[in-house]
Amino acid sequence: MGIISRAFQGRPRDHDEKLPPGQYLVHDFPVLSAGPTPRVPLDRWEFAIDTPEGEVHRWSWEEFQALPQETPTVDLHCVTKWSKFGTEWKGVSLDVLMEDVESAAEYALAYSHGGYTTNLPLEDLLDGKAWIVYEFDGEELAPAHGGPARLLVPHLYLWKSAKWVKGIRLLNEDWPGFWETAGYHNYGDPWREQRYQGD
Amino acid sequence: MIKRLTWRVATVTEIRQETPTARTLVFDVPGWPGHLPGQHVDVKLTADDGYSAQRSYSVANGDDGERVELTVQRVGDGEVSPYLTEVLEVGDQIELRGPVGGWFVWRPHSSPPVLLIGGGSGIVPLMAMIRSRGKSDTPFRLLYSLRDPGQLFYAGELEKVMAGVEVAYLYTRTAPPDAGRAPGRIRAADLIAYGWPPETAPDVFVCGPTGFVEAAADLLTGLGHDPAKIKTERFGPTGG
Amino acid sequence: MEHLDYQDGNALAGPLSEIFTFDVTVAQGTCAGCGRRGALAELRVYGPEPGLVARCPGCEEVVLTFVRGPKDAWLDLRGSVSLRIPITE
Ligand SMILES: Cc1cc2nc3c(=O)[nH]c(=O)nc-3n(C[C@H](O)[C@H](O)[C@H](O)COP(=O)(O)OP(=O)(O)OC[C@H]3O[C@@H](n4cnc5c(N)ncnc54)[C@H](O)[C@@H]3O)c2cc1C
Ligand SMILES: [Zn+2]
Repeated sequence: MGIISRAFQGRPRDHDEKLPPGQYLVHDFPVLSAGPTPRVPLDRWEFAIDTPEGEVHRWSWEEFQALPQETPTVDLHCVTKWSKFGTEWKGVSLDVLMEDVESAAEYALAYSHGGYTTNLPLEDLLDGKAWIVYEFDGEELAPAHGGPARLLVPHLYLWKSAKWVKGIRLLNEDWPGFWETAGYHNYGDPWREQRYQGD
Repeated sequence: MIKRLTWRVATVTEIRQETPTARTLVFDVPGWPGHLPGQHVDVKLTADDGYSAQRSYSVANGDDGERVELTVQRVGDGEVSPYLTEVLEVGDQIELRGPVGGWFVWRPHSSPPVLLIGGGSGIVPLMAMIRSRGKSDTPFRLLYSLRDPGQLFYAGELEKVMAGVEVAYLYTRTAPPDAGRAPGRIRAADLIAYGWPPETAPDVFVCGPTGFVEAAADLLTGLGHDPAKIKTERFGPTGG
Repeated sequence: MEHLDYQDGNALAGPLSEIFTFDVTVAQGTCAGCGRRGALAELRVYGPEPGLVARCPGCEEVVLTFVRGPKDAWLDLRGSVSLRIPITE
């Protein structure tokens, strides 16, 4: 640690024992960006799941809205050390989307408008652990936060919750995504503080 | 293991208020190796719980031993600039790394005319170039875009007539009565009236908030300036 | 103004000075996406967190990423064909 800057506080942040190691609590919703924010018109929005066996499942915005909805309230943990408690979302569980998908694949790669990708084991998307969400805090999801729709996988660091998600590719082999090939941990469990490769 | 450019401890020796929301911080930096006009430093602030934040700031003064001056504009809900403009006092210490950046620099021996275009705090590295010009016979023209006369940095110094440096003020919101130009964002007519024509092949330096730099660079290439001669420094979404 | 949420490659100079002994921002790179040539200083830089992402001003493809952990740094030149580095200075 360098010299302490007298009376420097930085962004407001709290400490709380319910936080994963190394995290602090914020009350705003920081936006981090790795590129220009894509604007995706709803009439051209589509979500797809494809499998190594060659199956493709697609939903238009209307079809997607007609699926059973859930309203998860979850804590978010960003690898840049901020956490936010009790965020309220509306969207569709991956369990619903995966219902008719037949595949032996064990891995998933989420991909987004703008070229972003992130990988995770397929089982981390199932059993009530992940959603494709399109509302935050009772309002439609803003583009800066990933709207029209983003992946939400709150038990992993937030970079796994791909913004502007376009689809999920199921794979037989793990395929590291954007940050996973750039130095970040392949799995990203906040409770085990898996921030960087080798953690 | 590689030798890294180290963080140096800098001590505030003097503070000058430039406008109600901006000030120049003068630092004494032991071991400072000297710098070229246009270079910047990274400033690191560390809170007592170990939390730290880093931002870049252009060096405002010409090369002057171990003296380094930064001019910081306060950004409303920013994390670092309110601290630097309101909390830091003479005698306080911060860490800085630099000088860095070898691209956006003016080398005093280069001969073509120089066109400087600054928006808001984008004036800072351009001022370092003006201050480094010394007795060089390279002619300079500065187009300085600012919201209103109250936002002017380096007022006394810029208003003194400097031989070989022509300054045009482009007020975006409110202009003084004698300005002779209706307030508004930079436009092609400004570059024609106060800049150098493309045929003189000037070295162009454009600096300021990202939106300002985009606009000015587009106008310059639209007028026929060679993109290879236009160097830019974008401060990000804000920056005055 | 969120689409103007980037800085220039100049902003890479400090972070990359931790791993290079010369100023890489003056090196000329060629974009693997569109073939555009230019100094790293001319890239569009997003970040700095979770990492610096430098994109081509021509085609917006990612040219390099730089992630700084507490013990290691990762530099990924994924979108650059070659870097031409001036040796004399
Ligand atoms: C090479 C270089 C040189 C610079 N030189 C100078 C200089 O000489 N003088 C100077 O005053 N500044 C300079 N800057 C700008 C400076 O580095 C800081 O960006 C500036 O001081 C603001 O920092 P901050 O911590 O106060 O604000 P931050 O906390 O970084 O926030 C800045 C503003 O942007 C908003 N913001 C933050 N993130 C986002 C986002 N993702 N989307 C939209 N808005 C967002 C915030 O709400 C706030 O209003 C320079 C920048 C660079 C890259
Ligand atoms: Zn390109």
